[in-house]
Amino acid sequence: MTFKKNRLLTSSLLMIALVAVAGCHKKKQQMPSTAEAPPTNAPAPQAQLTATPNVISAGDQVQLNWRTTDANSVSIDGIGDVPTSGVKTVTPTESTTYHLVARGDGGTADASAHVTVNAPPAVAVPSTQMSEEQDFNAHVQPIFFDYDTYDIRQDAQSVLSKDADWLNAHPNVKVVIGGYCDERGSDEYNLVLGQNRAQAAKTALVTAGIAADRLRVISYGKEKPFCQESTEECWQLNRRDGFSIDR
Amino acid sequence: MKATLRVLPLFLVSLVYFSATQLSAQDWLYTGTKLGSTRIRLAAADFKPVGSDPQITPLKTVFDSTLNNDLANAGIFDMVSKSLAPQATPGSPQEIVLSQWSAAPANASMVAFGAFSVNSGRLVVYGWLDDASNASNPQVLTEQYNEQSSEDMARTIAHRFADAIISRLGGGLNGIAETKIYFVSNRTGTKEIWVMDYDGANQHAVTHVGSTSLSPRISPDNSRIAFSSLERSGWAIRMFSQDLGRLVSFPTGSAGGSNLSPAWSADGLQIAFSSARSGHSEIWIADASGSNAHSITSFGTDVSPCWNPRTDGQIAFVSGRTGEPQIYVMDKDGANVQRMTDSGYAISPSWAPNGGMLTFSWDRKYGPGAPGSYDIYVMDIASKNWLQATHEAGINDFPSWSPDGRHIVFQRQIGHRTQIWTMLANGTEQRQLTYTGDNMMPNWSWK
Repeated sequence: MTFKKNRLLTSSLLMIALVAVAGCHKKKQQMPSTAEAPPTNAPAPQAQLTATPNVISAGDQVQLNWRTTDANSVSIDGIGDVPTSGVKTVTPTESTTYHLVARGDGGTADASAHVTVNAPPAVAVPSTQMSEEQDFNAHVQPIFFDYDTYDIRQDAQSVLSKDADWLNAHPNVKVVIGGYCDERGSDEYNLVLGQNRAQAAKTALVTAGIAADRLRVISYGKEKPFCQESTEECWQLNRRDGFSIDR
Repeated sequence: MKATLRVLPLFLVSLVYFSATQLSAQDWLYTGTKLGSTRIRLAAADFKPVGSDPQITPLKTVFDSTLNNDLANAGIFDMVSKSLAPQATPGSPQEIVLSQWSAAPANASMVAFGAFSVNSGRLVVYGWLDDASNASNPQVLTEQYNEQSSEDMARTIAHRFADAIISRLGGGLNGIAETKIYFVSNRTGTKEIWVMDYDGANQHAVTHVGSTSLSPRISPDNSRIAFSSLERSGWAIRMFSQDLGRLVSFPTGSAGGSNLSPAWSADGLQIAFSSARSGHSEIWIADASGSNAHSITSFGTDVSPCWNPRTDGQIAFVSGRTGEPQIYVMDKDGANVQRMTDSGYAISPSWAPNGGMLTFSWDRKYGPGAPGSYDIYVMDIASKNWLQATHEAGINDFPSWSPDGRHIVFQRQIGHRTQIWTMLANGTEQRQLTYTGDNMMPNWSWK
């Protein structure tokens, strides 16, 4: 009897132990720790900075877009500390050179982008310095989305209303709205999500008075990413609706 | 007695836990696929070369290794390793000494053997399967093949003989050695549809569209490949005829610019797909000719349909109607929608040939933040019991059942490289099939 009880006890304990072991299959953290990289042979940082468009009229927005590698801290003159890569909309009132400095264990790197700011054009005088495409790209800006949603964010709403202003002023231009997603999740499901994002922008523009037959939507899902890194900054850049002229 | 009572609850708790896990594991005994049953100890002798044609040696090497691989891959045999097998190469039932094979260390219950010859451009192969424990009447199978001589044909004959053995010893389910796997590869610079043998041999491009082509699905009779391709007007379902070697028309395939993830019904007469032609992504069904398109869902964000191949009466699909994508099952008229997964991020269903199970990719602990772990799961549809088939190895997606239901092919992304793997449907014996470029979205042929 004692023997039997002991066996029962042992096997129960064994099973509980097994359950405990089986229940502890924690995912390994695979995030590389940059802080622990030895400073001596750390790779030198690299930095890229672009401003789109780089010629504007006073009062217009410019999108700064930067990417760095192997940097611990990044700052842009006049803006301050920023994430290691990202995107920011600025409204310079005069011609400005944006200067980015990336500091890492392997040294520093810098990059700059110049934006020329022209005086605001007289009303209804089309800019002769820009082609229609440049004008389009300067004024019809992309919008960005939160993770796994196709809701138009507040910041995107103001961008969209400016996009709509330009489109209303150029009634002959037809537009392709491309919906994009970040690299996470399924190829097929992301194509549906990208479709929903593009459709959301179309609905908003139609509400703002743009004729629906001027707007065509295409989902690119995660097939045509703007950047390839597995970082939150890059994922944010890829969760967007992009606009182009439909020719 | 008191001690027993104190122990009992703990014992019961662990027992319940164990039964639960064992139940899902033991499903394999009831699927009719013989996965999980005791494996038959099988020896495959190197075939006896007959004649003096210089082609015999190289072709026989291909034949012997293909046959051995096919039998080992089948998932129902315990193969006698060549190092434990007798050195003999019996070329006929008269030449085999069965006691050599049934004795230790080989301990074979069954022996496959035969003769391999090349004569004036013809490949002639005789294959036998003997029951080593039945000395008086051992013959189980006799096969004869006579084909044009080539390396491809040596491999094909090995596949056919393996399938004959697997069909005889595997409970009547046909083997898969002659099946193909269709997939997407970017090796030519754009994503095109490719095909390979089930074991990874013979990889080559099928389409040369020059755009981005995704989601290949082979028709049940192997005559056509439906896939989705990015055109100027958006995503269109395209149809490639294997008989004609070119794209053929599929009229309803481009409406609305977002047509994705085609799926053949088992009778080959209908295609389900996702389309946003109504403004939202819904599941649509059309005839294989491309006519009679009609939607069967109306909540939006629906994609990746697949038919119950046993009945053609139901469709499993992915829907984001409640937030993160989940697996759903419905009748093919859209009625009786049933949610199969309760949480996380579940995508890419494939319905088992016997109709009873689904396999799909699932990140059960999905949420914003760290990249999730997508693994391949197998779910019994009636009970919703599931089994996790892959563990802590990359991001796994696009599982597709083999026609015998014993195997699953899937894509695994490690770092930024995606390759195609196969495994038995219980997750064991994982094997990588592709190594060049990125390869994804595999689809196993129906026969």
